[in-house]
Amino acid sequence: MTTTPLWEVFIRPRNGLSHKHVGSIHAADEVMAVQAARDVYTRRGEGTSIWVVRSADIVASDPDQAGENFEPTADKIYRHPTFYEIPEDVGHM
Amino acid sequence: MYSQGLIGADGRTAETPEFLEAFQRRVDAEEKIEPNDPMPEGYRRTLVRQIGQHAHSEIVGMLPEGNWITRAPSLRRKAALLAKVQDEGGHGLYLYSAAETLGVSREQMTEELHSGKAKYSSIFNYPTLTWADIGIIGWLVDGAAIMNQIPLCRCSFGPYARAMIRVCKEESFHQRQGYEIVMTLAQGTPEQKAMAQDALNRWWWPSIMMFGPHDADSQHSDQSMAWKIKRFTNDELRQKFIDATVPQAEYLDLKIPDPDLKWNEEKGGFDHGTIDWDEFWRVVKGHGPMARDRVKDRKVAWDNGAWVREAALAHAEKRRTRKMAAE
Ligand SMILES: [Fe+2]
Ligand SMILES: [Fe+2]
Repeated sequence: MTTTPLWEVFIRPRNGLSHKHVGSIHAADEVMAVQAARDVYTRRGEGTSIWVVRSADIVASDPDQAGENFEPTADKIYRHPTFYEIPEDVGHM
Repeated sequence: MYSQGLIGADGRTAETPEFLEAFQRRVDAEEKIEPNDPMPEGYRRTLVRQIGQHAHSEIVGMLPEGNWITRAPSLRRKAALLAKVQDEGGHGLYLYSAAETLGVSREQMTEELHSGKAKYSSIFNYPTLTWADIGIIGWLVDGAAIMNQIPLCRCSFGPYARAMIRVCKEESFHQRQGYEIVMTLAQGTPEQKAMAQDALNRWWWPSIMMFGPHDADSQHSDQSMAWKIKRFTNDELRQKFIDATVPQAEYLDLKIPDPDLKWNEEKGGFDHGTIDWDEFWRVVKGHGPMARDRVKDRKVAWDNGAWVREAALAHAEKRRTRKMAAE
């Protein structure tokens, strides 16, 4: 069986919003991938724009490194506005 | 249809107790599991099997209804049925895409459907004999699917849950167009009403069998409930479906073909008669009236489509080399 490449599909629901990942599709090339994505993922006005990208071309962070990558942000509480005490008299800031 | 994906699922795992406990804690905290997260092998296997069978059910489910597209009684009905069948194809593709995130290939799933290794919902192995069947399928079969699929929107596996949310948004139209067909027949001539009743008589029991064996006989249910792949038991879902459907049949003045069906005040739901589990298992094991036709039709479609897939790849290759030459 020959394999038809896999593409990840991203759809912009409407202008003003980002493209969002919705799933994937098999297609021989990018033109057919956009056509197939339109048929499969936008039958009821789900979007105004489609992006497709070869699944094989996506570079992802290593799930085994999720700890090192993302946990350090949790202990840097001084990055958040509530870390700083502003007297009530100053008003909203 | 979809709980049947768990029949025969093997959820056994060989991971350490610490690993399994940590995983269970995440599930209990309602954290979603994503494809690259560590997960017990049994969890992955159960999902590959269930999502694959769910996808196959959507695809095979196009066949009994597709049978009536050219004979729909009006342009309105034809447009609706075409759109519904196209949706079912879409549902199959969302689901294959969710299963592929677990490392199983589309070709492998297709191959397993064709070889009979993978099952699909038993309901699609019954024939669609009259136009009324199309109405009954939308009303009962899609209605039962909705009961099953709404809790799956909260399934612990992220890609499956997200696919189910898309599917559920589309199902309501399926059920309503079906009920409208049945209502038109039920309020039509005596012959039309008899046709609706006949279809209900044939589809009622297979529809309530869609929820799968009784809880007491459902071996793999507990593990799937613990992993939050499943949120309600087969019997709970079947009960919800019956309670919702009985008044809808009464409104149409159609009779549900179960003499033992009666309201049980104490449990606040209907009691139903004995389900013919022999028939259920016969159909699940591939002896349904249409089983051979369904798989044959899928194989023929696959084989007849081979030249299209090859031509598409050749065309893509030609365009790629031309583009490179021009650069
Ligand atoms: Fe569906
Ligand atoms: Fe449906």
